[in-house]
Formats: sequence, structure tokens, C-alpha cells
Amino acid sequence: MKIKNKVPLIDQHDKFGLWGGKFGGNYIPETLKKPVMDLEILFSKLRKNKEFIKDRDKHFKQWVGAPTRFIKLENLTNHLNGGQIWAKVVSDANGGAHKIYNATVHCLIAKKAGKKFIVGDTGAGYAGKMLSMAAKKFGLKAKIFMGAKDIKRQKPNCDAMKKNGAEIVPVYSGSQTLIDAVSECMRYWVSNCDTTHMCVGSTVGPNIFVKICGWSTSQISRELKPQILKEFGKIPNKVKLYNCVGGGSSSFGFWNEFIDYKKSQVEFIGVEAGGPLKSKKHAAPLTNNSKLGVLHGAMQYVVQNKEGQIEETESISAGLDYSGVSPLHCFLRDSKRARYTSASDEAALKAYKLVTKYENLNPSLEPCHAFAVACAEAPKLKKNNILIINSCGDAIKDKKILKEKLGKY
Amino acid sequence: MKESLLKLAFKKCREEKRPALITYTVAGDNTKKKSLDIINAISKTVDICELGFPHNTPIADGGQIQTSTYRALKNGLKIEDVFYIAKKFKLANKHKPLILMGYYNIIFQMGENKFLKKCEQVKVDGLIVVDLPYPENQIFANKCKKKNINFIQLVSPTTSKERLKKIIRASHDMIYYISMLSTTGGKLKVSPKRILQNFKNIKNQNKSKNVVIGFGITESTISKLKSADGLVVGSSLCSEITRSINNRQDPITNVIRLVNKLKNKIL
Ligand SMILES: Cc1ncc(COP(=O)(O)O)c(C=O)c1O
Repeated sequence: MKIKNKVPLIDQHDKFGLWGGKFGGNYIPETLKKPVMDLEILFSKLRKNKEFIKDRDKHFKQWVGAPTRFIKLENLTNHLNGGQIWAKVVSDANGGAHKIYNATVHCLIAKKAGKKFIVGDTGAGYAGKMLSMAAKKFGLKAKIFMGAKDIKRQKPNCDAMKKNGAEIVPVYSGSQTLIDAVSECMRYWVSNCDTTHMCVGSTVGPNIFVKICGWSTSQISRELKPQILKEFGKIPNKVKLYNCVGGGSSSFGFWNEFIDYKKSQVEFIGVEAGGPLKSKKHAAPLTNNSKLGVLHGAMQYVVQNKEGQIEETESISAGLDYSGVSPLHCFLRDSKRARYTSASDEAALKAYKLVTKYENLNPSLEPCHAFAVACAEAPKLKKNNILIINSCGDAIKDKKILKEKLGKY
Repeated sequence: MKESLLKLAFKKCREEKRPALITYTVAGDNTKKKSLDIINAISKTVDICELGFPHNTPIADGGQIQTSTYRALKNGLKIEDVFYIAKKFKLANKHKPLILMGYYNIIFQMGENKFLKKCEQVKVDGLIVVDLPYPENQIFANKCKKKNINFIQLVSPTTSKERLKKIIRASHDMIYYISMLSTTGGKLKVSPKRILQNFKNIKNQNKSKNVVIGFGITESTISKLKSADGLVVGSSLCSEITRSINNRQDPITNVIRLVNKLKNKIL
């Protein structure tokens, strides 16, 4: 399995929408074939349309607040006494996480499609919060599907959604987390695809949703590349990009502009959620070699039993608590371009303590998984190694969990 | 391909000037034995039985079928059990067509070839795979054909004219028309007249195909659609099973009663 140079990764699929001949595709009910095809046609036109790009960039700049900061974590670097630790502070973005890019683009597309309603799924609540913000800005009516368990554990984001006028639809089936929210959102779209646009909250789902999301979050690396050049005068010889992986939208966006570099120069490290140390459950299909299967319309590595029933996951971080993973990451793993590992709940919490002790940064539990791995690897690396962590979310949403687990926030 | 049992069933109904009554129940709902007893009991009244093989992430199913599905899985139903139920049913009802219906991941995990071999062994007549649309399903549909198993193509109100032509060309003996934009279990939100118009459009392209209508069909809507070649009732039966269990009644008796009522409305 090989990645082509000079072709955007999101476009390296075959006519069935499969990356590497086997990941992704469109395993969807007949009813969704037409809306999906319509969206494919519309998106392929819009991404070539200069006006549309100008519009997107304007909103990213003026409303989202591009570019987000690229900063050196001096104290942490000194403390760990190895490679240099840097952060791309994507949580600077309006709303506090990378989910704003995908939400904004989907609303712009929905407007072009003449839709007045938009629906979306959410786990950590950021995708839902951002969709509610963008929907409000662009005059769309939003409905957000969210697992009942996540509604309880991510209250601040739910409050924001309601404040923005979005309706939250609690999902009580299955594990009452992100996976069930995505299923229910897709069901709603099956019934309402004539009037309603669907936004999938990460680089998952039928092929076109993977593409739109990856295209949107790539803003992160579009900003980062010139920032690195400005800082170092060139792309240094040893760069390591650490990112947590739930569905995989922040990590894909963080890496996209660097895919053509050799992995010996720019290495990608994806960190999945290992779950509690004591539990057998996890949300790390790539790390744990889960089998290939279909989830939410796409072929991917997914946590499942041998009969093909999707298994429940467990993670302290709602945003990573998902059984599947983007087909793009399956492709990046099997072509050996990226390396994947996992961090436990405990390791993420420890990383939160460490980062907040040394730095004026407040990463949410999702990026803390990436910090955990980067901070463990840094001491073994020479000073010329540039470790960059995508700090893709703000911990304010995790206040309750952090208080409970660490006694402070 | 020899004359399939499905084709014969439709022929017989046509002679009797009525649509085929097709039921959907979930294998293992609420136990392996009970679900077998139910389809055995209704097989005298019903023309074609659909048996769902449960998947726990059913993206096209509404609440009623989800409830049946989760119940079956909670009671430990495995794919082997589905084949066991199918085998027993076909042994007792040699001439009654049986269709298995479900999601692709279950087939994919078993392996397409192994799955089809099993279907052949227990004499399954047809397959509906909800999330394997045309043209993704071409290879699998051809494998089915080689084993004399009908692969049933789905068509919906969103299917374009051009696509419809191709799907009909790729179809075997039976085509399933989804009446409206909905998951299973939705309330009929399109007028029967419009549904029948769409049905006729499909039918007119190739009269030899048997076109059935499903989604939103209940006791109160079934009679209005009886000019179709067949009508599928699923969620309504699943809710009847749920209701029976909740009221501590025998699902078999209640489901038989419901099926008889449905049949009377299309005679
Ligand atoms: C802050 C944050 N990081 C990461 C994720 C994981 O998603 P993804 O892997 O698509 O970036 C989420 C998802 O909700 C999130 O809110």
C-alpha cells in the first residue's frame, strides 16, 4: 500500500471511494446514495471555486481567528531535558477546538446547497458547539445528536449549544456515547435528506464526509508550515508531530501539508485512547490491531467482536471514545507513513498535571493523550528534535472530570 | 437460474389477484426458539418470510426494529443461530421462500463465500443487504446468482432515473422499493397514490421483475397499496412482539392475529 506524492491524500481513493483499495467507501442505504452524490458534486465544484475559497479564508481569519499560535514550551522542554517541546495552540480558535473548521465549511456548503437545516453528531461536545456557533452565524437551524452519557460529562459544551439556539437530541441507545450519536444522526439524515444537510463531526462516515472534514481541518497544517519556516528558516531535519486520534480530524489536519516529506524528517505520531489501565476496553483500533469492518458507512479498522458486532469503548475523554477510526488513518498506518500508539486515562491525567504545572496552557483530555506520549519520548531525544503537539482543545469542558480525578482544576 | 421459489410465490399471488404478504422479524427475538416458532406459525398465512440477522449498529433502522435487534443480541444470538433458525424453517416449510436481511459487516466478518455457502446449505432463497448499495454490490450479487440465491436490490424515492435503469438491469427476481425517505418504522408520510405512481414507474421498465413496497406499512396503510406485487411489514410485527413481552402475553398468538388481519386487508 503506497501513498502518492503531490496528490492530496483525500483524493487518493478509487471510484468506489476506497483509500488504498480498501478503506472508506460508501456502505450506505440506497436512500443516501443521491444526497451523497449531490454533495460530492457540489464539494468538488466549490473547492475549485475561487470565490468560495476566498469566503472560507475570510471566515477562518476574521471569525475563527487564524492563525492559531505556534509556541515553544520552554519550561516543559527544560524540565524534560531532551527534544524541544512545541505546541500548535489550535484551542485558540473561536470556540476552543479544531472542530470549528469543519463546522464552518459544512455551514458554507449547506448554504450553497440551499438547505436551511443542519444536523451533526458530537462526543466531547466541541463538534456540536462549533456547529451551533456556525449555524447561528450563517442562519441555519441546527440539531445536535449526543449520547446521554456524554451530555452528562461535557456539560459546558451542552450549555453553549443551547445558548446558540441549537437543539440537543439525547441518544439513549447502546453505550450512549459518540458512536450512538453518529448512528442516530445518520438515521435522521436518511429521513430528512431532502431538506437537511448533515455534518459528520470527524474524518469518518461515507467518503465525502471524510474528504470535507479533512479538507477543512487541513487549515491547521496550512498555518503551521509557514510558522515553522519562520521560526527555523526551514523544515528542520527532525520534526515529530504528535496528535490524539479519535475519529482523526485534528491529526489529519495537523499532518496534511507534511505528508510528502520523508518520515525520517517529519514523523507523524497518532495517539489513541487506551482507556483506564484496569479495563480491557479501549478506543484504540489502530494500536491494538482491531479487524477491518464497516462502521457508519465506511470500511475501517474498528473495535468489534468476531461476528462483526461493534464493541463498546471506554475512555476518560469523550472526544476519543469511538470504536472506529478514519479510513485516512487506516491508510496512513498501513502505508507506514504514520505511527500509532495509545495513552491510558491515567497517563493523560498525569500529562495534564505536568503541562499545567510548567506551562500557561490548558489542554483538554484529548490532546493530553498526545502530550503523554510526547513527554514520555522527549527525554530520550536529542535537542535538535522538534516535538510539536497539537493542543487541539481547551480543558474548560473537562472541569468536572479534572476536579473529580485530580482534586483541582 | 431455475425458477426461484420467490418467483413462484409472486406468480401464485398474481393468480389470486393480490399482493404477496412479506413479513420481517428478527432472528432471536426474543429467543432463538421463539423467533423460529413465530415464523413457522405465520408461514401458513405469509407468502415470503424475511428474517433479520441482527447488527448492533443498524444505521437504517428505527426504534422498533432496533429494540428487537438489541433484545436478540442481548439474549446471545450468534450468526450460527441465524442459520440454524433458517435451516429449521426451511426443513418445515420447503416451498416457502425465506430471505435473510441485514448489514454487510456481519457478512464481511464471516467472509462472503462462507456466508453464501451457509445460505446455500440451509436453502435461503434471497438476501437483502441494507448497506451494500449498487454498484458496490455487483460482485456480491453475482456470487449470489451463481448459488441460485436472489440478491434483492433496493430502490428509493431518491434513486435517479438513470440509476434506476442500471439497478433494474442488475436485479434478480425481486426489487424492494422503499416507500419514503425514512428509516424503518417511520410513519407513512407520502400519499399511497404517489407511492404507487413511483412503483408503476419502476414496474414499467421491466414487467418481469417483482416489485415490492416496504417502510411505513401497517394495518392501517396496507390496503391502500395492494396493487403492488408485494408488501413488506416489519416494524409493526416487531412492536407487536415488544408489546406482547411487556404485557406478559404470548408473542406467537399476537403476531398470528396481526398477520391474519394484514392478510385480510389485501385479499
Ligand atoms: C478537543 C478534541 N480533540 C480531539 C477530538 C477527537 O476527534 P478527532 O480525532 O477527529 O480530532 C475531539 C472530538 O470531539 C475533541 O473535541
